[in-house]
Amino acid sequence: MSILRCENLTHIYGKGTPFEHVALDSVSFAMERGEFVALIGHTGSGKSTLIQHLNGLLKPDGGAVYFDEKNIWDEKSDVRKVRFKVGLVFQYPEYQLFEETVGKDIAFGPKNMGLAEDELKERVREAASFVGIDEELLEKSPFELSGGQRRRVAIAGIIAMRPEALILDEPTAGLDPRGRDEILSRIAEYRSNTGSAVLLVTHSMEDAARYAERLVVMNGAHVFMQGTPAEVFSRAEELQSAGLAVPQITRVCMRLRELGVDIDPATYTVEEAVRQLTRLKNGAAGGVPNA
Amino acid sequence: MKDALLRVEDLDFVYDSDRGPVKVFESLSLEIDRGEFVAVLGHNGSGKSTLAKHFNAILLPAGGTVYVDGMSTADEELLYEIRRRVGMVFQNPDNQIVANIVEEDVAFGPENLGVPSAEIRERVNDALRTVGMYGYREHAPHRLSGGQKQRVAIAGILAMKPECIVLDEPTAMLDPTGREEVMRTISALNRESGVTIVLITHHMDEAARCARVVVMDSGKIIADGPPKSVFTEIELLRSVGLAVPQTVELAYSLRQKGFDLPLNCLDVEECAQAVSALFAGRKV
Repeated sequence: MSILRCENLTHIYGKGTPFEHVALDSVSFAMERGEFVALIGHTGSGKSTLIQHLNGLLKPDGGAVYFDEKNIWDEKSDVRKVRFKVGLVFQYPEYQLFEETVGKDIAFGPKNMGLAEDELKERVREAASFVGIDEELLEKSPFELSGGQRRRVAIAGIIAMRPEALILDEPTAGLDPRGRDEILSRIAEYRSNTGSAVLLVTHSMEDAARYAERLVVMNGAHVFMQGTPAEVFSRAEELQSAGLAVPQITRVCMRLRELGVDIDPATYTVEEAVRQLTRLKNGAAGGVPNA
Repeated sequence: MKDALLRVEDLDFVYDSDRGPVKVFESLSLEIDRGEFVAVLGHNGSGKSTLAKHFNAILLPAGGTVYVDGMSTADEELLYEIRRRVGMVFQNPDNQIVANIVEEDVAFGPENLGVPSAEIRERVNDALRTVGMYGYREHAPHRLSGGQKQRVAIAGILAMKPECIVLDEPTAMLDPTGREEVMRTISALNRESGVTIVLITHHMDEAARCARVVVMDSGKIIADGPPKSVFTEIELLRSVGLAVPQTVELAYSLRQKGFDLPLNCLDVEECAQAVSALFAGRKV
C-alpha cells in the first residue's frame, strides 16, 4: 500500500493572470511505505511545487494527493495532521532556525503536536543524536553553530516529529563532499531504523544512484521517467537530450560499449563497473575471446 | 622570469573565537602567476576562503606578507590599487547584488572607481556582453536564475577591469545548468582575455577543468600541480575528505585488481579509451 500517492496532479501559478504558469501538468506517482525515492529534474521542472503538495502546503488545481490512501483535502481529513506525518525539509533549512537554543528549535514541531514535556525531551534527544548533534550543543544558540551543524539541527526538527514520510529538498546543497556523505548516510540510517519513507530531491545523479531504490525524473512539469536506477540510466541518451546529467561512470560505460567492450551501458556505480570489467578480464563473460 | 601576480609569503593568520585564538595559517607560501587558472580545493574549514580573502585585503596577514602585483596588502595606501586589480565573487548571488536593474548593478564598481560616465557605459556593455547577459541589461536582478545572477556579479567585477578574479565557491548554490554557465564564462575570460582566475571550490569536476589545482587541508597546502597529477593522489585526497572524479576512482580500483592502467585519465573519453585499450590488447 502506498504511503503517498498523487493522481493527475496539476498546479498552475498565477491562474487567470498574464503570468499564468503550469508548474505541474497531470503528474501521477506513488511512494511505498519505507521506500527511498529520489526526485530529479532541473530547476523549473516542478520538483519543489510537487513536494509542497505532498504535505498540503499547496492545494492542487486538479487531481488529488493521497496520504495512506486518503485524499488529504477530503472534508473528513485533517491537513494539519498530515503535516506531522509528512515531514518536509526545505532547501537551506538552516535559515529557518529561530529559537533561542538548539534544543528549543528542534522541539518546535513536536511541541505543536501537543506532546507532553517528557516525551518532547526524549524526541529532541533522539532526533539530535540521529543527525549527529552532541547533547551539549542543545543549550547553545543556533547562531553559535557552523553552517553544516545548523542544517543538521533543522533536519532534526523535522525528524523529531517522527514523520512516516521524510521529504528533503536538496539537503546537501552547498556542502562539501564530507558533509554531503554525512547527511545522506544519516538520512539512510534514519530510514532503516524507523521504516520511514524518504523522498530526496536532488540535482545529483550520483547521489540519487547511490542512495535511492527508485528514481522519479521530472521535466517540463511532467514525470519524464521513473524506475529503478538501472532502468532510468539505461535511457541515458534520453536523459541527456532532456538536459539532465547522468553519472560520469555511466558515460564512461556508454562510451566503452561503443568501443566494443562488453559492459552494461546502464552501469551507474564505480563498484559495479569494476566488477563487470574484472569478470571480463578473467574471461567469465563473452566479448573477450581466448582470455 | 616568473611573473607572480599574487604572492603569499610565510602567511600567518589567527582567528579569535570564544574558545580562544584559532590558528588558521602558519607560514603559508603560494605564488600565482599572471594569466593562470587555478583551483583551490579543500573541504569546509580547510582555510581556502580565508586565503581568498587575503588576496584583496579583506583580511590582512597576522604575520608574513601577501603581495598583489608587487604591492603589500598591509599597506593601507595601496588598498585602492589592490582592489582594482583583484575582484571577488562570493557564493551567494543574492548577497552581492546592490541595484534594481542589471546594468546599474554592473556600473556600481566603476562608478566607485570614479570612471567617467561615457566610459562606464562602454565598460558595462562590454562586461555584460562578455558574460552573455547583455540581453538582460534592463531586467531586474531578482528575477534572474542563480547562474544568471552570478554572471551579473562577474560582469560587475569585469567592469572594473581587474587583472584577477577570485571566486569563492561561485557555483555552490547553483543547479547543474547554472554551474556550467559560470564555468564556461570564467574559462573564456581566462582563455580569451587573459584574466587570472582563482576558483575556490569543492567540486572536483570544476577543479579538473583548471590548469592548476592547489589542495588545502587544515590551513596547509598538501598538493599543488596540474589536475592530472593531483588527482592521482587518491589516498591523500580521500584522507582529507575529498572525493576524486569517478573516472579516476575507476582506474584506481582496476589497478588494485591488477589491471595495467594509467591513473591520470580524467575525462570520460580518455578513461574509456584507456580501459578499452586494455581489452583490445587481449584480443590479439
